[in-house]
Amino acid sequence: MEKYLLRNIDNPDSAHLVEYVKAGGYKALAKALEMKPADIIGEVKNSGLRGRGGAGFPTGMKWSFAAADPKRPKYLLCNADEGEPGTFKDRPLLEKNPHLLIEGMVISGYALGAEYGYIYLRGEYPAAKDILEGALRQAHEKGYLGDNVLGKGVAFHLSVHQGAGAYICGEETALIDSLEGKRGQPRIKPPFPVNEGYLSKPTVVNNVETFANIPYIIEIGADAYSKIGSAECPGPKLYSVSGHVKKPGVYELPMGVTLREIIYVHCGGIAGDRKLKAVIPGGISTPVLPADKIDCPMDFASMPKHGSMLGSGAVMVFDETVDLVKVCLRATKFFEHESCGKCTPCREGVGWMRSILERIVKGAGTGGDIELLLEVAKNIAGKTFCPLGDGAASVVQHFIKHFRNEFEEHIEKSKVGASA
Amino acid sequence: MLNEKLVAEINRLRSKYKDARSCLLPSLYVVQREEGWITPDAMTAVGELLNVPKATVKGVATFYSMYRHKPMGRHLIQLCTNVACMLMGAESLVDLLKEKYGLTPNGTSPDGRFSLVIMECIGACGTAPAMLVDTDFHDSLNDKNILEILESYQ
Repeated sequence: MEKYLLRNIDNPDSAHLVEYVKAGGYKALAKALEMKPADIIGEVKNSGLRGRGGAGFPTGMKWSFAAADPKRPKYLLCNADEGEPGTFKDRPLLEKNPHLLIEGMVISGYALGAEYGYIYLRGEYPAAKDILEGALRQAHEKGYLGDNVLGKGVAFHLSVHQGAGAYICGEETALIDSLEGKRGQPRIKPPFPVNEGYLSKPTVVNNVETFANIPYIIEIGADAYSKIGSAECPGPKLYSVSGHVKKPGVYELPMGVTLREIIYVHCGGIAGDRKLKAVIPGGISTPVLPADKIDCPMDFASMPKHGSMLGSGAVMVFDETVDLVKVCLRATKFFEHESCGKCTPCREGVGWMRSILERIVKGAGTGGDIELLLEVAKNIAGKTFCPLGDGAASVVQHFIKHFRNEFEEHIEKSKVGASA
Repeated sequence: MLNEKLVAEINRLRSKYKDARSCLLPSLYVVQREEGWITPDAMTAVGELLNVPKATVKGVATFYSMYRHKPMGRHLIQLCTNVACMLMGAESLVDLLKEKYGLTPNGTSPDGRFSLVIMECIGACGTAPAMLVDTDFHDSLNDKNILEILESYQ
């Protein structure tokens, strides 16, 4: 497949506007400004694009809800708070192809009637902040942003808002609270951000990669776009692969490529030709899969049928040498650190799970610990405002489901140690 | 009290937003950059400037892990130990920093040169382990190159 999202990535000056325009950039914006806003939303709907942040919600549908709300002004927010461990797919877009994001956002702003946009960028990407701000200045100078975009009487103002280290702000309502200068804690839904978002106005929040697909849809049309990759969720997808593969990195592949193909074809197989033990396919919150379950198409519709989720497309690969109980502990420590504290089951329960896992790893586990972990997990899942608690519970549940023997071995060793 | 330069910078950032409070996180970054951490006085001053109660400013400033609430060393090492970095040996780097510089997580080396903060994924999983030193990104770290890199931060 020809690359689109990462097409210019090998050019060292790819972030510069001149290079972007040379590679065909901002043509889609000129084309879009000749279209009616409702027709752009129609194209995005027909393209089948689903949000690339992790939830996979149909983008066109989200847009049409916001467009139908008469309240003004409307806001357009880019979720560049890429914090899901294992995920580093938006970074090359932000650092190497910032104008693709900007072009996508200007088209989206015009379609939605939003005149103000913010890129909520995670604090951990200081280089991306400078690059984005440079790109915004260039775009402003050339009339791609501002009061009168390309002389068409359309206004769109865009700036970067830097987060400050909180995974939870990747959840869209927490992101909005954070932008409003509050602690980033998820809101109850409804109302949804498309009706009451930033400053209680209609707000569309989309992921970086989602916006980066918009110029492509405008360029080639919804029909052609919908034929790329899976029929149910088409388009190109960025997969970020880490862990024990020969060639880790970010790969642009058609949606629906199998996990096996990603690992064994594109990433060259397991490092040192060791055996594969397990894969987390879509970022740390998505259910782990054992080595014999990797013949699954990596898209939003297929993965749940194969026992996991596409999430952010962040593939983490574990070879036969990895102690998965330790991985489960580290993941749980992460969720404990990032729980925002709003919901008791998550705030307290995740810490309890971490403490039980810690004693198992330290060799002080006891016979009932696995059941206790599952009991705590059950009391977190489904009992919190946002999916962070569900993710934390699901990690523990699925590591135990597929690799219970490893937990048992740790506990068995503890018993031997205690009696010796 | 904030000096004039900081007040001017905050007012400039303020113009990007429809309401003053949205400028709170950027303003906290401005004062942190000046002193390396957010002093209680700076929180009061930011609150007055943006018309946000002092207690609210503190609640926000302490929620986010990248705001510092005590003085830092001359250079801040933010080392990731999340799963991908852990797989590639980040834990031994933590041990090495302790051995070499007397650094422990959330601590500062006795000579005041480095402070260390453990990070939860900095988006470099494909080239793990990784760290930020001040605002510079360094990845594909090992026991050897991490010390060479840190030598350039005096």
